[in-house]
Amino acid sequence: MTFNTLLRHLREGAKNVFRNGWMSVASITSIIVSLFILGVFMLLVLNVNSFADAADSQVEISAYLNSDVDQATREKLQNDIGSMAEVSRVTLIPKAEGLKDFKKKMGDEMKDLLEGYDEKTNPIPDTLKIEVVEPTTVPYVASKISALSDQYPNDPIYKVRYGQGTIEKLFKITKAIRNIGFAFVGGLALMAMFLISNTIRVTILARRREIGIMKLVGATNMFIRWPFFVEGALIGFVGSAITVALLFVGYNQLVDSVKADITLAFRLIPVGEIGLQVGGLLLGLGLLIGIWGSTMSIRKFLKV
Amino acid sequence: MIEMQDIWKTYPNGTHALKGVSVKIDRNEFVYLVGPSGAGKSTFMKLIYREEVPTKGQISVNGFNIGKLKPRKIPYVRRNIGVIFQDFRLLPKLTAYENVAFALEVIEAPKKVIKKRTMEVLELVGLKNKANRDPSQLSGGEQQRVAIARAIVNNPSVIIADEPTGNLDPETSWGIMQLLDEINFRGTTIVMATHNKDIVNTMRKRVIAIEHGNIVRDQLRGDYGYDF
Repeated sequence: MTFNTLLRHLREGAKNVFRNGWMSVASITSIIVSLFILGVFMLLVLNVNSFADAADSQVEISAYLNSDVDQATREKLQNDIGSMAEVSRVTLIPKAEGLKDFKKKMGDEMKDLLEGYDEKTNPIPDTLKIEVVEPTTVPYVASKISALSDQYPNDPIYKVRYGQGTIEKLFKITKAIRNIGFAFVGGLALMAMFLISNTIRVTILARRREIGIMKLVGATNMFIRWPFFVEGALIGFVGSAITVALLFVGYNQLVDSVKADITLAFRLIPVGEIGLQVGGLLLGLGLLIGIWGSTMSIRKFLKV
Repeated sequence: MIEMQDIWKTYPNGTHALKGVSVKIDRNEFVYLVGPSGAGKSTFMKLIYREEVPTKGQISVNGFNIGKLKPRKIPYVRRNIGVIFQDFRLLPKLTAYENVAFALEVIEAPKKVIKKRTMEVLELVGLKNKANRDPSQLSGGEQQRVAIARAIVNNPSVIIADEPTGNLDPETSWGIMQLLDEINFRGTTIVMATHNKDIVNTMRKRVIAIEHGNIVRDQLRGDYGYDF
């Protein structure tokens, strides 16, 4: 293909987009809608994943000891738990420190309420903080610690606690979001492709005469196909570019407002960290949908 | 140049358009194809430029076995065949010049060649000074001249003309015939289907008459032979 021919194809393809005015707008809109929803789901999944990761690393087990446990038992317990293969670290939080932490956590508002508690009346028990190597083993390790306590005389551990259920729920939610997202987006992408192939079919019908003459004077099928190919790619590109712009501007604002609100305990991944990944995928998908839609509709017309 | 051997053509709807046609047309011949409507003239010509494939039989054009041609080779064979229709088939949005140049653009000729060659053929058909007009600004005869210019711009060895004067008044028709005669004189084979008795009887050429899918007469310097 010569350079002039390439220019001609690009020109013709672009002309077709405008020539089909509303049909092109419809195709571009359908691409925007489907890709936008895909983008929202992608951002959601990415953020939930990063949130889950952050939560994972914070998972630890607290074993509250009974108040009558002596130091020897405490140390033995600490050693026994520390020697479990799944456990990475055991730390003792003495009751005094526990009270201090608790007061700090409750903040100024509750200060008055906790004022009365001092060294002697401290209601907080000594606590063992246990960190595990693998977050998923937390429930298992917790039950193992309970069992261990039962083997001791007079059961030194009052209670074993961990973030029961929250982690499992989070993973379930991520998975559900992902599945729903895929189903949704798959359907929408198909619709977009159908609309594009229809748009291009209209172009072809309008240009049937021209195509007939082109074939008559000896144009190859590739030569006839190119402008339609360009048209589909353009529709896909414009649609996905608009989507990416809309999505990122909106998301950026969300990131900023989440950052500004200090009462929220989580943060959103900034656009800079995932922009290339999400944007690239959406653009690529848009082009693919556009090109596929156009190729599908010309194939039939060129068979004769 | 064009050779058909026992050509049969049956359309999917069951119409038997051609029933065992054999014919040979030599280089540089001028052939009239006559016969009633629906006799098979159009099918005969469509087979030559590979718009249709024969159901049975062999057809060769310029040494190519047209019936067995691979689809992707078709465009290259067509570049050697010019086609002219009764309804001109020009692109309405393009000027006369652009319509002719189109045939060269499609085969990706260099820009310089396109310009030179297009002006050459427009001059030959006598429309050099109307090159920038749209088809709607041209008379029927002039439009047909543009179509002829487009058909010959690739220097084809054969011109297939399906009733080229069918939509034109007698005077304009003669102009077109003189042009075709001139093109034939320059070395292009012409196969022309027509219902124009005056033309066939006056400008004497080889006449092939087709009826009910068979060649019923093949006569050098023949006459029209029908009363309509």
